Amino acid sequence: MKWAVVRFPGSLDDDDALYALRDVLEQDASILWHKDERLGDAECVVLPGGFSYGDYLRCGAIARFSPIMKSIAGFAAEGGLVLGICNGFQILCEAHLLPGALTRNRSLSFICETVTVRVENCQTPFTRLMRQGDLIRLPIKHGEGCYVTPERELRQMEERGQVLLRYVGSDGKQNERTTPNGSMRAIAGVANERFNVFGLMPHPEHAVEMMLGGTDGLKIFRSITASVAR
Amino acid sequence: MQVKVFVTPRLGILDPQGRAVEAALANLGFAGVRDVHVGRFIVLAFDAPSKVAAEETVRKMCEQLLANPMIEDYRFEVEPG
Repeated sequence: MKWAVVRFPGSLDDDDALYALRDVLEQDASILWHKDERLGDAECVVLPGGFSYGDYLRCGAIARFSPIMKSIAGFAAEGGLVLGICNGFQILCEAHLLPGALTRNRSLSFICETVTVRVENCQTPFTRLMRQGDLIRLPIKHGEGCYVTPERELRQMEERGQVLLRYVGSDGKQNERTTPNGSMRAIAGVANERFNVFGLMPHPEHAVEMMLGGTDGLKIFRSITASVAR
Repeated sequence: MQVKVFVTPRLGILDPQGRAVEAALANLGFAGVRDVHVGRFIVLAFDAPSKVAAEETVRKMCEQLLANPMIEDYRFEVEPG
């Protein structure tokens, strides 16, 4: 399967995503520069973590206007798979390819830790190799991961199953203490209405080998390859 | 035209920065301070045929880039010059 990882000025985790895809998963993955306008024959486009454009103005607000984003919007409109991780998630929200916005963590602190997230919908291209209620462990590292969206839209998203991942405790239960950043309804990852665009704050590309502390990130990447192979 | 744009967290949206500053002011002894919000102040200049046309342009700038209308409120002042 062919993957493209987009590099913006200030991207940090582009090489990590490339490593996870190429070296661990033996996929055909390449880097695209944000000024590229063609996605080639990529079957999934990854927007990696980092601080595109130094997080100036708002996280993701400037990257949204990079030339490649027009192509990505067109690709998504045709049903192409787009995965946004951390800053990639912020960019997708700013570009209106995903609903909502990511704001300053409630604690005002940058958080770097491994969290437990619960799979809320396993009938999507990004989660299909998991089961509903599965708990996976992934690292987070962000200062602006507090997910907000108008309450009415949130209710509709919940009804449609667009919330794919939620922060929970290690026992699978959710309360205020188990939501590290203050996200509404403990949201860690959401999809669009068509379920071909997915954004999440945790980093699956940093959980692909036991040496990194766990391999649960592979479940997301393998779900994607399984979806494309179908 | 000289433009000043004020962007603040939308009322009703959690503003942890505003809350932290409010608490700090209280700790300093400034009693009774409330509704503290921390936002952005942006200045810019451009040529426009009229103030009305400039305001329309600035409104578009705010909607498309300078603010995120889902989580932020904005207001602006346009002065000829």
